[in-house]
Amino acid sequence: MRIKFQQSLGDLKEHLLVMAGMAEQAIQRSIEAYSKRDLSICELVLRSEPSINRIEREIDQMALDLLAMEQPMAIDLRFILSVIRINADLERVGDQAVNIAIRVREMGAFANIELPVDIPKLASLAATMIRKALQAFIEGDAELAQSVLKLDDQVDEMNDAAFYALSSLIKEKPELTPQSLNALIIARNLERVGDHATNIAEDVIFWVRGADVRHNPATP
Amino acid sequence: MGVGILVEDLNAWYGSTHTLQDINLHIPANHATALIGPSGCGKSTFVRCLNRMHETNPIARATGVVKMGEVDIYRDASPVEIRRRVGMVFQRPNPFPTMSIYDNVASGLKLNGFRNRRILDETVERSLKQSALWDEVKDDLKKKSGASLSGGQQQRMCIARALAVDPEVLLMDEPASALDPVSTSKIEDLIFQLKSQYTIVIVTHNMQQAARVAENTGFFLNGRMVEFDSTHKIFTNPRDKRTEDYITGRFG
Repeated sequence: MRIKFQQSLGDLKEHLLVMAGMAEQAIQRSIEAYSKRDLSICELVLRSEPSINRIEREIDQMALDLLAMEQPMAIDLRFILSVIRINADLERVGDQAVNIAIRVREMGAFANIELPVDIPKLASLAATMIRKALQAFIEGDAELAQSVLKLDDQVDEMNDAAFYALSSLIKEKPELTPQSLNALIIARNLERVGDHATNIAEDVIFWVRGADVRHNPATP
Repeated sequence: MGVGILVEDLNAWYGSTHTLQDINLHIPANHATALIGPSGCGKSTFVRCLNRMHETNPIARATGVVKMGEVDIYRDASPVEIRRRVGMVFQRPNPFPTMSIYDNVASGLKLNGFRNRRILDETVERSLKQSALWDEVKDDLKKKSGASLSGGQQQRMCIARALAVDPEVLLMDEPASALDPVSTSKIEDLIFQLKSQYTIVIVTHNMQQAARVAENTGFFLNGRMVEFDSTHKIFTNPRDKRTEDYITGRFG
């Protein structure tokens, strides 16, 4: 057994889970900020970004060190590659949370009106995808990861529906354009969160099964 | 040019110890094939069966079929003929210490009865060029003994000696394990260049080396070939859990 190497892989996984927790929390907070139109929560999201960026660099450095010093093979090599990719996706999830917080802050300048889009439902689905993808990573469960891929279509459909509903609203009531545009961008941000969850799930499948299922509609 | 090697139901024994069990594989011509596995797994015995060196031990025997191209080496050829067609390089360079560099390289030819000076000169030069040693020793060919060279140079001289008899297959049993990284890199570059002309089988404990030089890799364990596949497949996603455990260091 390569005890030191195995411990290092465990450390890498733990760091990624810390990163995952921070990214997940950021996206949840941004949605809470939207639902409550709470600018103080927006600030929390914005303040969390430097920490996410810092741990992203730490994880990359740990992975780089392991590649250089341990010359990993097979499942270990796939694990480290997956961690590097998942790390990048989680950082982007954090960025989406920041984007949403910025939009919510802008919406605060306008009246809080009822919009024909269910952002909390879309957010809930995107958050579920992230949670399931990370659970699949924690447990090394390729089947659970597979189930995440199927959810992406639902998120895309909801985003499309939001686009049409908000476009129509802008035509009908141009005075609501700022609120509608911000909601539209938030829906787009959440759709991107779903894409990152899909990427994470694909990386889990690659790690566990050695199968590259990216960009493949007929995944195994 | 190299020839393919077909191995069918190969079994080997040392006394009562069954060291190789039911080995079947095809080693393609003009490729480098790496054999990996823990010490005592049978990989060195396997390569010694490919040039009939295994049977030089009085208590050793082998059964099964080994074909070099169309030739069944155990039925259609003598051991001497096979060892001319199959060159071998060992872990530690083994120069003839009292011979000059020239005589070391020419020794195989001379043993095979070649005496023509011009042919010997040409062959020694060609072989030393093939083993990337010519430029380093061309001025001292007959002045310096083979043993006076550095370890890496000695190993390349032994490769030149093996190439001088114009073999079709080159067996290398851990050819770089006693060498420093620079010399190791030169041997690996050599393998890369030589495989266009020879079929190369390399036994190595260095898995990164196998990954660097070989198109195919076989994993031996307890006298059996557990898995044989493209090197890419073996080192990124092997089929057998035992292979994965070995190459990731979880073995045992």
